Amino acid sequence: MTPIRHTWQVTLRYVRALARQPAWVAISLMQPVIWLLLFGALFKRVVDIPGFTGGSYIEFLTPGVIVMLAISSAGWTGMGFIEDINRGVMDRMLVSPIWRGALNAGSVVQAVLSIAVQSLIVIGLSLVVGAHFHNGVAGVGVLILVAALLGAIFASLSNGLAVLTRERETLIGAVSMVVLPLTFLSSTLMQQSLLPDWVRWAARFNPVNWAVEAGRSAATQKADWSLIATRMGLLAVLLIASATFATRAFNAYQRSV
Amino acid sequence: MTQHMKPELAIEAHGLVKTYPGGVRALDEIDLAVEAGTIFGLLGPNGAGKSTTVKILTTLSHADEGEARVAGIDVARDPAAVRRAIGVVGQKPGFDADATGRENLTMQGELYGLRGWARRRRVQELLDRLGLADAADRRAKTYSGGMQRRLDVALGLVNRPRVLFLDEPTTGLDPEARAEMWREIERLAGDDDMTILLTTHYLEEADRLASQLAIVDSGRVVAAGSPDELKGELRGDTVQVELADDARPAVLAAIECVPGINGLTVDGKQLRTRADDGASAIPAVLAALEQRGLRVVAATLARPSLDDVYFRYAGRAFREADAVQEGASI
Repeated sequence: MTPIRHTWQVTLRYVRALARQPAWVAISLMQPVIWLLLFGALFKRVVDIPGFTGGSYIEFLTPGVIVMLAISSAGWTGMGFIEDINRGVMDRMLVSPIWRGALNAGSVVQAVLSIAVQSLIVIGLSLVVGAHFHNGVAGVGVLILVAALLGAIFASLSNGLAVLTRERETLIGAVSMVVLPLTFLSSTLMQQSLLPDWVRWAARFNPVNWAVEAGRSAATQKADWSLIATRMGLLAVLLIASATFATRAFNAYQRSV
Repeated sequence: MTQHMKPELAIEAHGLVKTYPGGVRALDEIDLAVEAGTIFGLLGPNGAGKSTTVKILTTLSHADEGEARVAGIDVARDPAAVRRAIGVVGQKPGFDADATGRENLTMQGELYGLRGWARRRRVQELLDRLGLADAADRRAKTYSGGMQRRLDVALGLVNRPRVLFLDEPTTGLDPEARAEMWREIERLAGDDDMTILLTTHYLEEADRLASQLAIVDSGRVVAAGSPDELKGELRGDTVQVELADDARPAVLAAIECVPGINGLTVDGKQLRTRADDGASAIPAVLAALEQRGLRVVAATLARPSLDDVYFRYAGRAFREADAVQEGASI
């Protein structure tokens, strides 16, 4: 019970802080919408490439944009930790009886809630511009769940890195270095069978690709449930590892203060 | 069958050593013994090791060597139990600026296991007590400096701690807010059984609030005792003279001849010395200076202050602890 209560308190704190910055909320909601519309327009003719089987490009792209928004939005999660450390909030928490895991978990839940809201907006917009979700609400639910899993992994990594380095610049560098390469080394924007061989090979080890494959299969294609289950299993294992890393990072922090 | 009872110790530390990466030895075998129910002052200039000591005692950091018990609990063996027993007001603000005072305290209450009605009552109690009731539902970032510091104190009191740590509670406050904080700390100490460890680099703060003191310099305790004991050990008064002109060699020669004088520092036009009996030393000092043609602007006589105590043990004046001091002694 205590872990859940403490996690919820931390989540509540970050949600409240976010809700009190309406400009930031508006910008983060607009960003994926812009991606969807721009990428959708830019790559419209992809469907004409021989071998493309994905129906309309917007339909193909929507799960990819949701996965992209999940990692890029989750990547910044550690900024909150850096601010908390620079003020004295983190130290105050660390000398309280808070369940240690709640610090990362609470912040991850907030990140996941943001991702879910952003995803719903993107899905709504893609319906308007003509996408079709073959497996209905269940398929869309799995897509959001997959995005949430991937977001939770990246939010945890971001938090762990934040606690270890305590530098905004490092986090900015890490996010810019990781997000685009991982997006391009996957089938986010291009159908898997049309990727160059080496990219397809690299994509097998790319968690972003696991999420895109599972999310796309669940939402917009004939769902391949065994593929969805294995990809989600891999993501869950990675989430446990990254959350452990983020929580353990506090030990290193406490040794250094 | 009478048993000699030693006073119960709320904080005990033996041989605490802490070296930071890069070889900075922040603590060099610190020993502390704080009796329950007292205000204990840890006094020293910036960088002396006060905050590092507090971080170790409050389980935020770990000592490389030595051991410490807070509220009877070993900080290294059972940090979770220590955390439940203590309250901490850190040097840096610990409140969430985007949340209101009430939201801050409510979350803190939850973290310490307060639920429902009991938590709401405790939060309101603290808001009233620290004069934050009117601002309770405003965001903390809109508070004045004094209110923000009081919110930090309220956060440290949520769990009714047995031992409260106040790390430089008045640094950065204006004189009015500082006086208010002092009154609040005195009220807290008057309350049931709370032990307060206060760090400060304000001598007058330690003098006014603490019943026992440890003076820390370069990671070591250089003196410990009550403020009066420490000042009493100096035996003698401080004689301060302000001259019209800088004239160091002449001053040294003049003062050398005065009997009953225990030391001299000259800083520009200011000279400071200690005398066993200040009242009889002043005329002698003034006469000696006059004889050498040194014009005196003002002369004062003072009972020993903590500044003098610090000077005696740390070998440098408190306010210049970080700077190289221009001075001479005989």
